[in-house]
Amino acid sequence: MPYNLMHLLPEIFLLTAGCVILLVDVFSKDLDRNLTYRLTQLALLATAIICMVQFPSVQYHLYERHFILDPMAGIIKISVIFLAMLALLFARPYILPRRILRGEYYLLHLFAVLGMMVLVSGGSLLTLYLGLELLSLSLYALVAMQRHSYRAAEAAVKYFVMGAIASGFLLYGMSLVYGVTQHIHLTDIANYIATNDASLTLRFGLVFIVVAIGFKFGAVPFQMWVPDVYDGAPTSTTAFLSSAPKVAAFGFMVRIFAYGFIGALVDWQGLLIILACLSMLIGNIVALVQNNLKRLLAYSAIAHMGYFLLGALTGTSEGFAASFFYILAYSIMSLGGFGCLIYLGKGVEDVKNLDQLKGLGRSNPWGGLLISVLFLSMAGLPPFIGFWAKLEVFLAVLNAGFVWLAVFAAVMSIIGLFYYLKVVKVIFFDESEKEEKIVAVRGLRLGLGITSLSVVALGLFPGKLMQLCAQAFEYL
Amino acid sequence: MSLTHYLVVSALLFTISVVGIIINRKNVITLLMCIELMLLAVNTNFIAFSRYLNDEVGQVFVFFILTVAAAEAAIGLAILVVLFRTNKKIDVAELKELKG
Repeated sequence: MPYNLMHLLPEIFLLTAGCVILLVDVFSKDLDRNLTYRLTQLALLATAIICMVQFPSVQYHLYERHFILDPMAGIIKISVIFLAMLALLFARPYILPRRILRGEYYLLHLFAVLGMMVLVSGGSLLTLYLGLELLSLSLYALVAMQRHSYRAAEAAVKYFVMGAIASGFLLYGMSLVYGVTQHIHLTDIANYIATNDASLTLRFGLVFIVVAIGFKFGAVPFQMWVPDVYDGAPTSTTAFLSSAPKVAAFGFMVRIFAYGFIGALVDWQGLLIILACLSMLIGNIVALVQNNLKRLLAYSAIAHMGYFLLGALTGTSEGFAASFFYILAYSIMSLGGFGCLIYLGKGVEDVKNLDQLKGLGRSNPWGGLLISVLFLSMAGLPPFIGFWAKLEVFLAVLNAGFVWLAVFAAVMSIIGLFYYLKVVKVIFFDESEKEEKIVAVRGLRLGLGITSLSVVALGLFPGKLMQLCAQAFEYL
Repeated sequence: MSLTHYLVVSALLFTISVVGIIINRKNVITLLMCIELMLLAVNTNFIAFSRYLNDEVGQVFVFFILTVAAAEAAIGLAILVVLFRTNKKIDVAELKELKG
């Protein structure tokens, strides 16, 4: 039976473009790799355009049901591509003076994006696994890219070992699920659970899969790699790592839980509640005592994963839409936050500690304002996007009947407010020892402008994005 | 030999690999070996189920896992080389620059 490959066009195009750019890069004599960079951005843009043109209005199960094309996959693909383009805008001025292998750095982003696109369209356990591995393998290499830095190498080893354990757990869970249900397609697994009682072995497999998802998101108690990797990796890699893959991992989670295991809701709901509560608690409390900015953002990421899980654990399409909105908002804010760290770095020196931000509001009012907007948004203050994201997930949990969970999350976000405001206070109210003007290249200013503008604009007019997120889950 | 025997073997292999990763404080290469062992335990599981259910899908899955495991080992060894070049040591106990 001949297949119509047109539905796969974005992935095929991106793969071909990646291979062509790899060849171009080999023969390129330009040490700055200007051509490779431009071609990479162009390839991403073209893929996004193809995705938009092909945007599906109904749900397709294609290629022996291994591949699902639906509005959710479309929206995640487009947003992942745009996040990757922004991350590359930030990466360009960061890696140029640091002699990080240049051509490959951009190409690994391309292959990571390809992995994410396969991941969010996965219709069977096999496709999901392959997409996840393509994404993870690219990310391990990206973390290790700064070859002369011991910190980056150590971060890469930790990330690799933790990621490999997560893959092992995921596969073990998948093998048990396959053994019980005799199927690897998500729809077949859902049918099996609907007609049979979930046996103990199946639940056992599900627990392994939940653990793997916890590892990938960096939710407590599987968070130990997050601060070390965020801290040790090159800042531009951290910016990418903390944004687009989280959105894709959300797609993975929806495929597993909402499409495969919706019948076993009670089983995974309890596990996710534990993960969410612990993440909010540990993430917020430990972030209070951090002085290193990258570690502060890492612990804030752990806390954000806790809030984000709140929506998904309800198991309703409303809850998933709230989580989707949250993860998109968080990705933009986190990308902007790490972009600011790149912006503040001087020469090849990274900005490390909170003290180095002293008096920034006086010497660079715009830069200070930018960072403050992003941090206030992460704290969840109106009128920024972070406020709506938190509000949506809290409403979702309340509607699902978990009042205590919503109260707990609200208390935790008040604790979180403290360390975000501390950063703003250091920027605007502390005296600096020395005043320096920061000069940023055009690409970096453009990227920061886009992220902070979208944080403010989407905060003022969140309706359109919320509607889009709700539309993504019509086919649940 | 029944299905249970195979499952017990694979569960044992999986446990050995997880314990190996946790208690190993000496060498990063041992970690890589443990990770490989973990994936092989999964493969045993898949093949046992595939035979038991008379369904080839499990065996096809194993081929994909083997391929990905090879790629993963390659990346792991490459990271190991980077670590050795910057530090001249590959002890797990030495990985303590990043903490807090």
